[in-house]
Amino acid sequence: MNIANFKPAIVYTIYIASTPEKVWQALTSAEFSRQYFFGNAVEVDLRVGGAFIVRTPDGALHISGEVIECDPPKKLTVTFNVNWPQLIEKLGPTLVTYEIEQAGEAVKLTLLQSHDRPLSDDILSGGRQGWPAILSSLKSVLETGQAMTIKMAPPQRMLDALKEMGIATPE
Amino acid sequence: MSKPEFVYITYIETTPEKLWQALTSSEFSKRYWFGTELRSDWKVGSPLALVMNGTTTDTGQILEADRPRRLSYTFHHVTSEAARRERPSKVVFHLEPYGKLVKLTLTHEDFEAGSRLLDGISKGWPAILSSLKSLLESGTALEIPVSALGIEGVS
Repeated sequence: MNIANFKPAIVYTIYIASTPEKVWQALTSAEFSRQYFFGNAVEVDLRVGGAFIVRTPDGALHISGEVIECDPPKKLTVTFNVNWPQLIEKLGPTLVTYEIEQAGEAVKLTLLQSHDRPLSDDILSGGRQGWPAILSSLKSVLETGQAMTIKMAPPQRMLDALKEMGIATPE
Repeated sequence: MSKPEFVYITYIETTPEKLWQALTSSEFSKRYWFGTELRSDWKVGSPLALVMNGTTTDTGQILEADRPRRLSYTFHHVTSEAARRERPSKVVFHLEPYGKLVKLTLTHEDFEAGSRLLDGISKGWPAILSSLKSLLESGTALEIPVSALGIEGVS
């Protein structure tokens, strides 16, 4: 897989009153991620080629991938593939990159979701809906110690588009 | 090809009324918007001026003021001759109650093709709205130097 072939389709930047190390920890630890990522647990083996996994609150495997770039606490790139049959065959792999930079007394966190082919707005609507909620909640956890409870309906527009492509989505 | 626009969503633990106040009061905006004062009476058709350290950086006109749900205004960046030549763009804030939170959607649109302003506002809004969220949730705005935004020609 050549990451040079991937172009960012979604970019979301958020500034957080924290340190790069704490933001890195929040992005890579199951304990933190359960608080801000809809209860999902991130498990990552922090070395290039290591496994990247996201489990739902009931422990089921939801997203699997591997670490592509790992430069703590500045940059983490992983493949981020939702485990739905046919998804990777039809959409190609999804790449997620977190960039962490000091910005004065705050930290600038930039999320990039990249693909190796153009995807429709319908497919991208899932990420466009999800990332702002996840990262708004991550910011609140780090700044106030309190996560936000963001109850979100499934991304129906994306699910409909995936179904139309023959990708099996959960009922 | 999608139209030139910038959309930013954030969730804030506050009320629509407090968020509306923060979006329309200089007392708040000076703290989260790089020291910017917002001068307007916020009535539809009224003028708006953004004033940073005594210098007017942007002017506009109020298009919608449906408190505390929807606020929109035209936005004309006036700090340089090149910026003044671009026609005004449009800023829309949409405030929606979301459980105990408020979902804030900013849409900055109506740019002319090849707008030079679009890159700058795309880098500026995330910093402004992140700082606004911090201010409303923790009482403290963020200290972000303008130079950290990575806007071309601004250091």
